[in-house]
Amino acid sequence: MTTQDWLHSSADSLAALIPDGAMIAVPADYSGIAMELTRAMIRRGVRDLHVVGVPITGLQGEMLIGAGCVKTVETSGVTLGEYGSAGRFLDALRNGRIRIKDATCPAIHAALQAGQKDIPFIPLRGIIGSDLLANRPDWKVVDNPFAPSGTEDRIVLLPAIRPDVAVFHAPYADLDGNVFIGRRRELVTIAQAAKTTVVTVEEVREDLDLMASEETAAGALPALYVGGVAVAPRGAWPLNLWDEYKVDEAHLKYYSELARSAEGFQRYLGEFVHARKAAE
Amino acid sequence: MSSEFSRQELLIFTISKLLAGVRHVAVGASSPIPGAGALLARAQSPKRMFVTVLGSTRQNFMTNGGVELFDMAAQGRVDAFFLGGGQLDGQANINLIGAGGEYPQTAVRWPGAFGSAYLYYLVPRVILFREEHTRRVMVPKVDFVAAPGPRDDGVYRPGGPIGLLTNLCWFSFDKTARRFRLESVHPGRTVEEVRDNTGFDFECPDGVPETASPDPATLALVRSRIAREIGETYPRFVKQVFPEAA
Repeated sequence: MTTQDWLHSSADSLAALIPDGAMIAVPADYSGIAMELTRAMIRRGVRDLHVVGVPITGLQGEMLIGAGCVKTVETSGVTLGEYGSAGRFLDALRNGRIRIKDATCPAIHAALQAGQKDIPFIPLRGIIGSDLLANRPDWKVVDNPFAPSGTEDRIVLLPAIRPDVAVFHAPYADLDGNVFIGRRRELVTIAQAAKTTVVTVEEVREDLDLMASEETAAGALPALYVGGVAVAPRGAWPLNLWDEYKVDEAHLKYYSELARSAEGFQRYLGEFVHARKAAE
Repeated sequence: MSSEFSRQELLIFTISKLLAGVRHVAVGASSPIPGAGALLARAQSPKRMFVTVLGSTRQNFMTNGGVELFDMAAQGRVDAFFLGGGQLDGQANINLIGAGGEYPQTAVRWPGAFGSAYLYYLVPRVILFREEHTRRVMVPKVDFVAAPGPRDDGVYRPGGPIGLLTNLCWFSFDKTARRFRLESVHPGRTVEEVRDNTGFDFECPDGVPETASPDPATLALVRSRIAREIGETYPRFVKQVFPEAA
């Protein structure tokens, strides 16, 4: 039996690994969102987070913002999709309580790829002429040094993103803490770009070694990148986890109604976050 | 005539025709009608055609994570894409960020730019799609340029818009003149209605034809197989528009 020092007893224990002021990278809703861990972070009262939505964020970013955990949000979108406006995000933005670094999806991906290599910047096509650029003093435009002489080719340089912690939810980890991520390669990108990664999983499969075959190793995030794992059954609720379980539509509608007001959101936190009401 | 098919069915059919000859079309977030149009184009394509519906598991063959769509676009492997916006103007600038007030504290705020500030430059057949056709949306000048329309600025731009499809009409876009041209008006709609609801100038030829209507076989296909395929990603849309298929 190998040491399982990576395995935490609960999402709340895992939340302690995310310090105040940390830059966290989180995937888009389709990739597996660590919602139980997000609730644990709110319970812990984490502050001043810099949330990077890869490439967008939804309920997770919205709730962290509403609970006052976020100082900066860097993303290409904040949306609850079909379930209405992200009320707490809009309110915080309107009232200047958060700083927004508006981006475009491939810029987030590319900057994280630079982070994977730990190079200072990466060039990217597009963007020039967009007002995004005017509002991102950290993005620079240079002349392509490899353009044929006599031709002009301006291109944007993006500084690398190296998050402190990558955070996501996955179906399972194996006995050594390798995490099954399937074809969700953006989870590998954020884990490799970040200094460490915390993951909640539906289960730890003690009978399985993901590295034992080519098929399973191809869909694994190696434990080397992972700082901590906790079991959180239905840990993406009320969001879906891939095709494993579906979005809780009624709950998201309920959330978006309550999140229209600060009071409603506080009531939601009381009911579903601080009360530790379990999924279902 | 217009009672034989719905507004959404006409848009789905029109989109499928705009995608003729495309090898790979990708469809972004919150886009059930473009998604259904793309799936219809594939179902009727004489050649093999690839469709990527973001958010779908079945209609998505990418295996390299969220970045792959953008890498494919840069390499010319995405032939068509759809973009919209809270505001669009006559130079085909699009605004997905917000309106009124001072950025970032705009009076109205939309979710964000998503991939627009990249894909608009790189995908050769961008179809601007916005159902609401009002002066609130079709403005003289957008308040925030999330993605700029084609312009003569020396920036690498193999892509750009071919036109704008709305609830009222189809405009083509002339990249050199930087101007929309009214190509067809949907059944039951008029040129005057388009003019009254458009805040920007556009070219308006004499005798604008009516947008072609879907034939019965196409409608049957949309209501069965296409509704089923898009329902995987947009079940609420299918319940609303194709209750019999849901």
